[in-house]
Amino acid sequence: MYLEIITPDKKVFQGEVDSATFPGTKGSFQVLNNHAPLISTLAQGKVTYVSKAEGTHTLQVDGGVVEVLNNKISVLAERIIE
Amino acid sequence: MKHPVVKPDAHFLYCSTMANLKEVKSRIGSVTSTQQITKAMKMVAAAKLRRAQDAITQLRPYAEKLTEILQNLSSANKEGTDNVYGEQRPVNRVLIVAVTSDKGLAGAFNTNVMRRIRVLLENDFREQHQQGNVEILPIGKKALDYYKKGDVKLHTQFSGLFSNLSFDEARSAAEFAMENFVNGTFDKVIVVYNEFKNVATQIIRAEQLLPILPAENEEEESAATVDYIYEPSREEIVQELIPKSIKIQFYKALLDSNASEHGARMTAMDKATDNAGELLKELKLVYNRTRQAAITTEILEIVAGAEALSSSR
Repeated sequence: MYLEIITPDKKVFQGEVDSATFPGTKGSFQVLNNHAPLISTLAQGKVTYVSKAEGTHTLQVDGGVVEVLNNKISVLAERIIE
Repeated sequence: MKHPVVKPDAHFLYCSTMANLKEVKSRIGSVTSTQQITKAMKMVAAAKLRRAQDAITQLRPYAEKLTEILQNLSSANKEGTDNVYGEQRPVNRVLIVAVTSDKGLAGAFNTNVMRRIRVLLENDFREQHQQGNVEILPIGKKALDYYKKGDVKLHTQFSGLFSNLSFDEARSAAEFAMENFVNGTFDKVIVVYNEFKNVATQIIRAEQLLPILPAENEEEESAATVDYIYEPSREEIVQELIPKSIKIQFYKALLDSNASEHGARMTAMDKATDNAGELLKELKLVYNRTRQAAITTEILEIVAGAEALSSSR
């Protein structure tokens, strides 16, 4: 499935991933292939995604929102904390 | 467009029968160096414009996705969004955000903003202004310098935003406006800025940031009613997203203004370079004419001298 992480300043990541974990407001959750359509707000925390090509990556986001639709995940974060 | 001050000056040199050669020469020198400066400034503005336009392009995917999600959410639950940011109150106190640049030499770029704000103060918010209830939040040094002299109350803490423009910086200014709207300090927030149309065209806009205006295009309600899982609840997500979209609207105004500034400066400097070129042409003509006149006079003197000598012999 396709994941993109976008902030107002730039596109942080886009590409194929096997799984992704998000810091939902009501607790962390993982999204795998063929997940049902979902919109969730994110709290401050870690976004982790696993891709075959690049392995596991972790980003610290300062809240945001995630949409999952037809194997496409869009993460809108206001800020990535380096 | 020709520079009004420069023209008559050149004309004066034209008409004076014996313009001083040295004077004209030094003038040619100074105009040449001015032209070099304006040319360089134009080039710099062009490079900065490209970067500013890139920033707008970068913002677009985020802004579009956000609007898309918001539309999805609000099309599912019709109206009924009691939003703190959408509350319509009788307008007593107004905050005007004046978006200008830090630097000048960009044609009418900054003047247009001030002029638009003056119209707002004299017409739309006349009563509030007379009671001293209009406050201004200048962004960019030019607005700060301009309104410092006036009697309008200022909020100067965000005036330096453009020295290092990023979403993080813009966010704090937007949050300031939102906070003061929610706690009732202001009943209306207006952003006045230059919208970027293309390099040569800037459109001056006075946009209402708060309270947020209800979405206009409601006709596509049947479009894509996907059965989303909402986490936590739909209302809570909407409440979370609306401030985000206000911040984005604000940031977009700043980015637009930034790109407009460089576009305006580019056009202004291009005209200045052209003007200098024209002036140089005229000055060179005057220079050559004067030089020739001087040579002619000299020859005349020699011939006359020789004549006098030969006749006295």
